[in-house]
Amino acid sequence: MDIQEALRHTVTTHPVVLFMKGSPKFPQCGFSARAVQILQGCGLESFTAIDVLADPAVRQGIKEYSNWPTIPQLYVNGEFIGGSDIMTEMYQSGELQELIKTVGAAE
Amino acid sequence: MSDTLAIMRDRLAELAPEHLDIEDESALHAGHAGARSGGGHYQLTIVSARFTGLSRLARQRLIYSTLGDLMSTRIHALGIRALSPEEI
Repeated sequence: MDIQEALRHTVTTHPVVLFMKGSPKFPQCGFSARAVQILQGCGLESFTAIDVLADPAVRQGIKEYSNWPTIPQLYVNGEFIGGSDIMTEMYQSGELQELIKTVGAAE
Repeated sequence: MSDTLAIMRDRLAELAPEHLDIEDESALHAGHAGARSGGGHYQLTIVSARFTGLSRLARQRLIYSTLGDLMSTRIHALGIRALSPEEI
């Protein structure tokens, strides 16, 4: 499986996937830390976190997959939602909580 | 790297912004791993009629493409608030 196929498989087989720098417990970047805090603030008990620093192919590949130059990147139900700025705006407006609820209901 | 701000402003002028504010926050991140590559940290607030009717993703994509190669060279991190004039 090439990296693009592998990434597609990852985001379509897990309801909520966050590509980040570091881990949720030990984020290596302020933007990734904020993304984790927001997902936790949505009441999400667990989500799939992928540390792009662990694999240069994933770090580059995910930027190409979404055509988006930065990390973190959030995917819900296989759809690219955005980075930490978009997550923040959607959290403040309540949209992200609504989106996350639909995932919980589907599980 | 202080001319990075001028280059960013110059490129973003293409979006005909009604308001453009770029904070250079690089000093806050000096010494952390990402700062070693030399790219700066910036916080951008931009208001443009070009954003009217565009989704959040589309707005940021427009900004990224306008900044072009800066995103992989002089800019290490960029926070973005992109508003249309009617959202102010």
